[in-house]
Amino acid sequence: MPEERHPKHADQHAKPPEPSPAAEETAAVVAVDTAGGAISPSAVPATAQSGKLPGGPDTLVRKIFTGSGMVSVLAVLLALFIGGLLIASTDKQVGTTSSYLFARPADFLSAVWNAATRSYIALFQGAVFNPRGSGLAVQFAPLMETLTIATPLITAGLGVALAFRAGLFNIGAQGQIIMAGILAAWVGFALHLPLGLHLVLVLLAGIIGGALWGGMVGLLKARTGAHEVILTIMFNYIALYFLRYLLNTPAFQRPGETNPISPILDPTAVYPQIFGSQYRLHLGFVLAIAATVLVWWLLNRSTVGFEFRAVGANPKAALTAGINVSRSTILVMAIAGALAGMSGVAQVAGTEKVLTDGVAATYGFDAITVALLGRSTPWGTFAAGLLFGAFRAGAVQMQIQTGTPIDIVLVVQSLIVLFIAAPPLVRAVFGLNPRRKKPARAGKSQQAATTGGAA
Amino acid sequence: MKTSLRARLLRGSVASVATMGATALLLTSCGAPPEAGSPTATAGDYTGCIVSDSGGFDDQSFNQSSYDGLKKTEKDLGIKVNQVESQTNNDFEPNLRAMVTAGCDLTITVGFLLGDATKAQATANPDSHFAIIDFGYATPISNVKPIIYDTAQAAFLAGYLAAGSTKTGTVATFGGIKIPTVTIFMDGYADGVKYYNEKKGKNVKVLGWDKAAQDGSFTGDFTKQDVGKQLTQNFLDQGADIVMPVAGPVGKGAGAALNEAKAAGKDVKLIWVDSDGFLTAPDYKNIMLSSVMKLMGEAVETVVKEDKDGKFTNTPYVGTLANDGVQLAPFHSFESQVPADLKSELDQLKKDIMDGKVKVESAASPKA
Repeated sequence: MPEERHPKHADQHAKPPEPSPAAEETAAVVAVDTAGGAISPSAVPATAQSGKLPGGPDTLVRKIFTGSGMVSVLAVLLALFIGGLLIASTDKQVGTTSSYLFARPADFLSAVWNAATRSYIALFQGAVFNPRGSGLAVQFAPLMETLTIATPLITAGLGVALAFRAGLFNIGAQGQIIMAGILAAWVGFALHLPLGLHLVLVLLAGIIGGALWGGMVGLLKARTGAHEVILTIMFNYIALYFLRYLLNTPAFQRPGETNPISPILDPTAVYPQIFGSQYRLHLGFVLAIAATVLVWWLLNRSTVGFEFRAVGANPKAALTAGINVSRSTILVMAIAGALAGMSGVAQVAGTEKVLTDGVAATYGFDAITVALLGRSTPWGTFAAGLLFGAFRAGAVQMQIQTGTPIDIVLVVQSLIVLFIAAPPLVRAVFGLNPRRKKPARAGKSQQAATTGGAA
Repeated sequence: MKTSLRARLLRGSVASVATMGATALLLTSCGAPPEAGSPTATAGDYTGCIVSDSGGFDDQSFNQSSYDGLKKTEKDLGIKVNQVESQTNNDFEPNLRAMVTAGCDLTITVGFLLGDATKAQATANPDSHFAIIDFGYATPISNVKPIIYDTAQAAFLAGYLAAGSTKTGTVATFGGIKIPTVTIFMDGYADGVKYYNEKKGKNVKVLGWDKAAQDGSFTGDFTKQDVGKQLTQNFLDQGADIVMPVAGPVGKGAGAALNEAKAAGKDVKLIWVDSDGFLTAPDYKNIMLSSVMKLMGEAVETVVKEDKDGKFTNTPYVGTLANDGVQLAPFHSFESQVPADLKSELDQLKKDIMDGKVKVESAASPKA
C-alpha cells in the first residue's frame, strides 16, 4: 500500500517522537476537549487544534480538521472526477449516444470523455492560461483573475483558520466581511481625502470594523460563555440586515436614486491595480500574502500564537498554566475578524468599488471550506484560497465555452468538503484505507494530529 | 480479517449501485445509432448575449423572462446566443468582459446591480452594443439601451380590479425587497384602489403598502416562500381577500396560503406579477384573478431585432400600456365572474391612462 512505502508523505517536519500505540490509547481516553469548570468546551475538539498533541479521541470533527494533506489532494481529485460525471450526464451528446449504448458503446464513452474534458479544459483556460489569447498579457489574464478572486478567500480563510487553531469554530466571516465593507465603503465614498491617506483610512476602517464584529463574539464568549457558533451565525444575520437597512437610507444611496446601491468609491479610496488596468488584480493580493506571513509568524513564532494554540489544545490546561484564556479568546476573534475585514476591503476597494447587499458574496462561507481544505495552516489556507479562486475564475470561461452550468463548480466545492469530512471514504476509494493494519493506522493517526500544527 | 465485514458491505453497496445504474441504462440504451455525418445547423453571424444577475436564468422573474426572450430570437431570427450566469456580484465584471471578448454584438444585462459594470464595459468597448433591463442611467450612454417599464400603469388597473372585486373591502400587497422595480407595482396598485374609492365613494383598504410613506410589508428577499405565506396569512387574518405579491418566487408562498384559505371555504383571490400567472404558476389557477405583466421577453426580442437590422439606438425602451410593454393579463377562469361593468370600466381606464387623462405617478417610475 502506498502510504506504507512512504508513510511521511505529508509530514516532513514532524518534531515530537512518536509515542507507542499504548500511550496513544491512554491519551485517547483523556478527552481533552471536555474541559468543564470556568471554560466550557469548545466546538472544535481541542486535540484537533494544536497538532502537537499525541493521539487524542479520533472524532469526526477531529478528522475534518486534521485530515492529512494527501486526503485534501485526493478529495479534490475525487470531487473533480464526480463533477466530470455530472457534467457528462447533462451533456446532450452523451444523452444521444446513451440511447444506442449497446449498438455502439464507443460513441457513448467518447462523448462522456469529451464532455468532461472539454469542460475542465475550459475551466483551466479560464483559471490559469489561455493559449488562444494574443500575446502573453492576454494569455495570462485568467491567472490574474484567479489571484483577484482568491484574495478575499485567502484573508477570510486565514481568519477562520486562526480561530480553528484556537479551538473556536468561527462561522462569522460573512458578517465580519459585511461590517468591514460597510465601514470601508463609507469612508471611501463619504469622505474625500488626499491620495494615499484615503486608502489607508479605508483599509483601517475595514480592519477595525471586522475586528470589532469578531471581537464582540470573543467578548461575549469569554464573559458569558455563549457559544461562538451560535453567536457568529446570529451576528451574520445582524450584519446583513443592518447593511440592508443602511442601503435603504439616503446616506448610503446615490443622490437622486433609490436603488439599494452605494455611490462609487472615490478613486483615491480604491486599491491600485498591480499590473495595470487590463487586469483586476489589485494591491489587496499583496496584502493577502503579507497577512499569510503574519499569521504564520503569529501562530508559530509568537507568544500570543502559542497561547492561542494552547487554549485551542486544552483551555483548562492553558488556564492552569497561567494563560489568560478570556483574553486569548477575545484577541483571537478580533484578529480573525480583522483578517475577514481585509476581505471586505478587498471587495469594496478592490473589485466592486460599491457597497451592495451582495458585498460579501459567499466568501464568508467559502472561507470555512478554504480553511478546512488548508488544514487550518496559513500556507495551506493560502493554497486552498488559490484553488478556489481558480475554480471561480474558470467557471465563467467554462460556462461560456461549453455551456456547462456554473453551479457545477459549487457542486465540486461541496463534494470537496464532503470528502475532506470523510477521510476514510476517500482512502477507501483510492484503496488506501489504513484500517486493515492496526499499527499502521496508529502511526497514521499520530501523523495526522501532528500535521495539523505544522505550518 | 477484522475489516472484512466492512469491506464486504462497501463492496456490496458499490455493486448494487452499479447494478441499478446498469439496469437504468439497459432500459434506455437499446436504440439504434444515427447515421454518421448528420448536418449541423448553421447560424448567422450575429451574436446576442445575456448576463444574469445573481438570481440566475431560472429565477422565474426578470432574468428568466429576458433569457427566454433572447432564446426565442435564436430561433426566430437565426442568431447565435451566448449566455452566462452570475453567481455573485463579483462575477458581473468578468462575465461582461468575457461576453465582449467572445464577440457579442449585443449584450443584455439584467438588473440595476449590473449598472456600473455595464457602463464600464460599454465605455471601454464603444463598438459593442448593450441593453440593460430595469435600469436607466441618469446620463445616457451612447451604446447602452435601457429597457425599463412603467409598471405602475398596469398595476393601477390591477388595483382598480382588486378594489372592484373584493368582498371584504380589504386588499393587500407585499414586496420582496424594497427596490424601485418592486415598489412601482405597489404604488400603482395602491393608487388604483384609491382611484376606485374616489370614483365609487367606497372605502376599500390596502394592506402592505403606504404610498405616501413609501413603506410597507417586505419579505426581505426573493427566495423565502414561507415568509410570503406567513405574510399572506396575516393579511387574511386582517380581512384581506385579494393579495398581490411582488416578490418573484416568493409569490408562491402567497399562493399556497390563499389555496389553503380557499380550501377552508374562503373566497380569496391572487394577483400575480411579471408574467401571466395562470400560465406560469398553474398551481394557483383557481384563485388567479389576473396578473400585472411586464413583457420583458418581447422587449428583448424587439431590441435584438432592431440591433440586427442596424437600427440600434440608446433611447430607452419604456414599456407602457400604450406599447403593450406592460399589461393586465386576461382573467382566464375568472372571465365569467368579473362583472361586465367592471370590465368596461377597466377598458376605459386603460384608455384614459394611455391618453394621459388619468395620471399614474410613482416615485419609481422611469423618468423618460
